Amino acid sequence: MKVFDYVRPASVAEAIAAAAAPGAVYLAGGTNLLDLMKGETLRPDRLVDVTRLPGLDRIEWLGDGGVRIGALVRNAALAHDAAFATAYPAVAEALLSGASAQLRNAATVGGNLLQRTRCAYFHDPASACNKRQPGAGCDARGGENRLHAVLGWSEACIATHPSDFCVPLAALDAVVEIEGPAGRREVALEALHRLPGDTPERGTALAPGELIVALRLPGEAAGFAAHARYLKVRERTSYAFAVVSAAAALRLEGGRIRAARLALGGVAARPWRARAAEESLVGVEAGEAAFRRAAEAALAEARPSGDNAFKIELARRLVRRALALAVAGTPARIPALPASPFPSVAGARHDA
Amino acid sequence: MSKIHVTTTVNGEPAEFLCQPGNSLLDALRDDLNLTGSKEGCSSGDCGACSVIVDGRLVCSCLMLAVEAEGKSITTIEGIANGDVLHPLQRKFLEHAALQCGFCTPGFLVAAKALLDHNPDPTETEARYWLAGNLCRCTGYDKIIRAVLDAAAEMRAGAPAGE
Amino acid sequence: MTPDISLSQVPAHARHGSSIGRPLTRREGVLKVTGVARYAADNHPAGMLYAVLAASRIARGRVTCLDVPAAMAHPGVVAVMTPANRPALALDPDAKLHPFMFRLDLLQSDAVRYANQPIAVVIAETLEAATEGAALLAPRYEALPARVGLDAGESFVPPVVGVGHPAEQLVGDVEAGLASAARRVDATYETPAQYHNAMEPHAVVAAWDGDSLSLDMPSQGMAMAQARLAGLLGIAPENIMIRSPFLGGGFGSKGLIAGPQVLGILAARLVGRPVKLVLRREQMYGPVGHRPPTRQRLRIGAGADGTLTALAHHALITTSTFDDFFEPAADASHTLYASPAIATSHTAVRIDTGTPMFMRAPGEATGSIALESAIDEAALACRMDPLAFRLKNYAEVEPISGKPFSSKALRACYAQGADRFGWAGRPLAPRQMRDAAGMLVGWGMGTATFPALMFQAEARAVIRRNGGGVVEIGAHDMGQGAWTALAQIAADAVGLGIEQLEFRSGTSDLPDGGIAGGSAHTATAGMAIHAAGGEAVARLAELAMDDARSPLFGAGNAGVVARDGRLFRRDDESRSESYADILTRAGLAQVEGRGKSGGDPAAQTAYAMHAHGAVFAEVKVDPDLGQLRVTRLVGAFAAGRIINPRMVRSQYYGGMIWGMAFALHEEAVTDRRSGRMLNANLADYHIPVNADVPEMEALLVEEHDPHVNALGIKGVGEIAITGTGGAVANAVWHATGMRARRFPIRIDDLV
Repeated sequence: MKVFDYVRPASVAEAIAAAAAPGAVYLAGGTNLLDLMKGETLRPDRLVDVTRLPGLDRIEWLGDGGVRIGALVRNAALAHDAAFATAYPAVAEALLSGASAQLRNAATVGGNLLQRTRCAYFHDPASACNKRQPGAGCDARGGENRLHAVLGWSEACIATHPSDFCVPLAALDAVVEIEGPAGRREVALEALHRLPGDTPERGTALAPGELIVALRLPGEAAGFAAHARYLKVRERTSYAFAVVSAAAALRLEGGRIRAARLALGGVAARPWRARAAEESLVGVEAGEAAFRRAAEAALAEARPSGDNAFKIELARRLVRRALALAVAGTPARIPALPASPFPSVAGARHDA
Repeated sequence: MSKIHVTTTVNGEPAEFLCQPGNSLLDALRDDLNLTGSKEGCSSGDCGACSVIVDGRLVCSCLMLAVEAEGKSITTIEGIANGDVLHPLQRKFLEHAALQCGFCTPGFLVAAKALLDHNPDPTETEARYWLAGNLCRCTGYDKIIRAVLDAAAEMRAGAPAGE
Repeated sequence: MTPDISLSQVPAHARHGSSIGRPLTRREGVLKVTGVARYAADNHPAGMLYAVLAASRIARGRVTCLDVPAAMAHPGVVAVMTPANRPALALDPDAKLHPFMFRLDLLQSDAVRYANQPIAVVIAETLEAATEGAALLAPRYEALPARVGLDAGESFVPPVVGVGHPAEQLVGDVEAGLASAARRVDATYETPAQYHNAMEPHAVVAAWDGDSLSLDMPSQGMAMAQARLAGLLGIAPENIMIRSPFLGGGFGSKGLIAGPQVLGILAARLVGRPVKLVLRREQMYGPVGHRPPTRQRLRIGAGADGTLTALAHHALITTSTFDDFFEPAADASHTLYASPAIATSHTAVRIDTGTPMFMRAPGEATGSIALESAIDEAALACRMDPLAFRLKNYAEVEPISGKPFSSKALRACYAQGADRFGWAGRPLAPRQMRDAAGMLVGWGMGTATFPALMFQAEARAVIRRNGGGVVEIGAHDMGQGAWTALAQIAADAVGLGIEQLEFRSGTSDLPDGGIAGGSAHTATAGMAIHAAGGEAVARLAELAMDDARSPLFGAGNAGVVARDGRLFRRDDESRSESYADILTRAGLAQVEGRGKSGGDPAAQTAYAMHAHGAVFAEVKVDPDLGQLRVTRLVGAFAAGRIINPRMVRSQYYGGMIWGMAFALHEEAVTDRRSGRMLNANLADYHIPVNADVPEMEALLVEEHDPHVNALGIKGVGEIAITGTGGAVANAVWHATGMRARRFPIRIDDLV
C-alpha cells in the first residue's frame, strides 16, 4: 500500500477540513477502501478516519414516522435494529443478504452507499478503465462481461453498482444528507449514483470533500412494511454479489395494488428504480398478469452490453417473483437465508 | 517515518504497539504482539482466517487498520480458551473432527464464538449462513456445523465447560 | 477437568490390541484449536526482513524497465532483486533433467511467459515497505499478443500424460463398436481452469548460515524439495533443513517447491539476513500451478439392452509454452465401465499460462465429470436407470488392461449408497419431482474411482528399554491427518500402545517420508513405518528367542507377535515377555529398525489397484430463476483398510465438496485478450461457503485388499471428487432437463 497520512478528526467540520487536502479520502468501515488500496486500484495520500465522529452512529425516529440513520451505523447493527427491521423489512433483508458476517459488522451505512463496482477491469490496474482513468477506454466492452450492466450503460462504461442495501433504499425514496466545504445539502438516493454517460469516473453526485452524514427514509415508506421483499440471485448460496436483485414493496387494498415500489440491483451503474413498472401496477389487481406487465416495463429499455442478455430475462422473472412474494406478505422474521428464492426456516438472529 | 502509538486491550490484557498508518490490525497482532493464531489467507476480507472480535463485533482484522484499534477491546483465538481449559467450541471442534489443515480453524472458532455470543441457539441454517464468511478448503463445513451446534447445546444446558 | 481429547481416554475396550482402525482425534488438534500450531509464515527469526514479489501484468513479452531507484528510495527498502543481481544458481532453472523437474521462474531473464510471473523481489524492513517498493518498480513491458484458451493454437499429441502414461490408449475396435451400437452418445464437455487455493498461501522463511540453509516452508515433499534446492543452489541436500510440521492445505500445489519460495531463499542469500516471503492471494494464480481447462469428447455406443459396445474419450487440454504437464483427463475412462472397445486420447495446446500442475485428483476429477455425465446420457439413451446401467456395465476386470482388480467393493458401494440415499423409485425422466415450495428436485449419481498408488519412503523405529518407542519419518500433514494416522500405524508396528509411542515427523532431517500426493501418503509412509517397526520387533524377537532365560526361547518357526509392549509366542500366548525385560537382560538401551516402502512390481503387474465409490446427489432448482442448491450428498467409498475412520470421513467430505464445486462453482476467468486472470481473489473465484453445503454422509464400505500392500491401505484423499461432480451435474439434468456441457453450471444455463 502506498504510504499515506492518517488523521482522526474530532468533528465533522474538522473532517471536512482534513479532507480538503489533495488525495484525501474518508475511511469508515474500510471493507471496500482498504481492499482497493491493497490492490493498488486506489492510492490515496491521506485517510481521514471518520469512525469516531460523534453523533453519526445513531438511529433516530422522526416525526413523520421516518427514520434518520447516522452514516456510521454499521450494516449489521441497522439490520438488527428491531424497530427498523419492522418498518423497513426489505432494507433489513437486503443488508443481511450482502457479504459476510464479518463485513456486515464492519461496513457502515455511509460507506456502503459509496461502494465501488466489482467490475474486474476497474479492479485490475493494468486494464483500460474509464472509471479509474478517464479516457483510458473500457476493456470490459469486448471482455468478460456476462455480469455487466444491461440498463443505463454507455460505450464508456458498462459496470454495475454492487450494493444490495441501495436497491430497496432507491425503491423507498431514501434521502442522503451530505456535509461539505460548501455546507449542508441533501440528495435523493436515486440521484446519488450517476449513470456513466461520458464521465464514468464520476460515480456519484458527491463533490470533492463532501461527507455523507446520514441517510433518511421517509415515514411514508414504512407504509409498505407488510408487503416488502428483497430478492437476490447469486452464484453462491451466500457471500456472493447479486447477478440480479430486486426490491419490491406494495400497498394492497382488497387485492388491488394501491402503491408500488420496485428497484433492481446488479443491472446498472446505480440501483435501478423502475418507475414505469410501478405505475403499471397502481390500481390493478395483484396477480401474474400485472407482474408480467410490470416486468416488461421494468426491462423495456434493457439491452445487453456483452455476453449478458440472460440477465434481462432473469431480471424480468425476478421482478415477477419479488412482486409475488411481496403480495404474499413480509415474513414475520427475516429468512435464515436472506433474499434467497429458496424458502427456508425463519430466523432473524443469525447476525449481529 | 514517525510511528503511531496505539493502546488497546487484547484478550483482556492491556497491549500497546507502534505502527504505521498502513499496518493492518492483523499485521500488528501477528508481528508486534506475536499473536500468530490469526491467519492471513487473502488480505482482502474474503476468507475470514483473520477473524477477531473488536468491541463485541466480529470483523476481519486484515481490513482494519492497526491505528483504528486505539482504545478498543480485541479478542483473538489466543483468548478463546480459559487458561488451559478449552472453550466448549474448541473441544467440540476436536471431538467432531471439525478441523483438518487447521489454517482456517482459528477464524472459524472466533466467528463461531461471536455467533454464540449473540445467538446461543442458532438453527443449522443460521449457523451456516453466519459462518459463510469463513472459507475452508479442506473442507470440513459439515463437521464444523455439527461442532458449533453441539457446543451451543452444551453451553445452553450449562454443562460444565471444563470446570 | 482437562478436555476429553487425550488419546489415553479412548474407551478401555478399544485400548487393547490395534491402534489401526480407531477413530482417534487429531494428535495435533489442541495446537490447532488454540492458535498455537506454527505454520511457516508464523515464524519470525531475529533480524528477519520481508520480501514481496513483483509480478508480471502481461502474459507474454518482456520486461523493459523496472524503476529500481524508486523502490530503493522508499524508506525501509533494503534491496531489490532483479535478473541483474539475483544470486547465481548452480543449475539453470529452465533445465529439465527428469520429467518431474518442472521449470521455475527465478528471474533468469526479462522474458515474461505468463501473467503473475515473478519479475522482481523487493526486500525491506517491513512488509508494508516491501509491498510499496514492489509497486514503485512500475514495470514497463514489451507485450506480445497473449495466447489464451483451448483454441489458441495448433494442438499436438503430448509425448506422455500425467505421470508418464501414454497419451493414447486403445483396446478393441471403437469405430466398429460405435457402428454396431443400437444407442449412441456423442457429447462434448468443457471444464475450466481451476486453482488449488489452499487457505495458506505459499510461504517461506529462509535463513542462511554459510552454506547451510534453514527453511520454514509448507511442503508436501520435503526430500524432493531438498534435492531440487540442492541442485539449484549448489549445496549438499543435507545442508538444507526444512521444517514443515503443518501445511495449511496443499492439494498438490505444495508438492514441488514453487518458484516464489526459491526466490525467497535467494533473497535471503542476497541480503545476508533471514527473509520471509509470503505470496499474496492473487499471486497464487500463476506460479504455483493450476488445473488446466479441458474440452472432452465422449463417444459411447451401447446395445439395446444397455451393454456398452464402445467408449471413446478424447481430451483437449492446455499446458504452458515452456514446460510439459499434461492433465490425463481421458484416462478416467480406463477403469470403470466394461466395454469391448475403449479408446482414450489427448491433445494439447500451448498457451501463455503458468505451468499446470497436479491438483487434487489431476485428470481423474476432470475426466470423471465428463465421463459420468456421458454415462448418464447413455443410460437415458437406453432408457435405463443410471444405476442399473452402471451395474449392467460393471467391470469385473480392469477394462483397459484386462487385469483383475486387487479388490473392488464397488457393488457394495452402489448398494449401500443407493439404499442410504433412497435412490429406488427415482423417475427416469427429468422434471418429474418438485418439493412443497415448487422447486424442481433432481437426483443424480456418479461412480468414483482413484488409483491405489505407492511411492517410496523410509522410516526408523526404536524400541527402548523403558518400554517406550520412537518412530521417525519425514512425513507431511497437510490436513489429512498424518500426525495421527501414521502414529496409529507406528504404534502397531512396534507393538506399543499409542500412548507409549513418540512419533516424530514433519522435518527433513528425519528419514525421507516420500511425497504426500496421489492419495498415497498413508500407504507409502505407513508401509515404511510398518517395515521399520517390524525390523525393530524382529531384533527384539531374535534376542528373546536366542536366550534360554526368555520364556520365548526357541519359539523359532512358530514366531512371536508384538502387542502392548510385549512379545507373545504365536502358538502359545501364555508365553510372553516384556520389551523392557528382553532389553534389560540383553544389556541394551534400545533396538532400532529401519524400513523402506515402495510398490510391489509383481503385484502391480498382476493386478489393477483402485479405490472405488458411488456418490448420490439431490439438487433443487428454482424453475424460473435458475437458483440452484445441492440439498443432499451421500457417498459410499471402499478404499481398503481404514486407519482412522474419523479422519477418513473428513477426507471424503472434503472431496465431495470439491466435486460439488467442480460442477457448480470453481472457474478461473481469464481475459481473452490480455491473458490476465480477472477473478484472482476469493471473492470472485468461488469456492463453496458453508451455506452451499448440504447435510452430507460418507459411508465407509468394508474392503480387504490382500495385494495392494501388506497393510491393505488404498488412498482416500482424492477419490471423492470423482463421481461427485458428475452426480451433481446429473442431478441438475434430472431436475431441469438441462444437460450441462460446460462447467461450472451457471445461472445462464438454467434460465
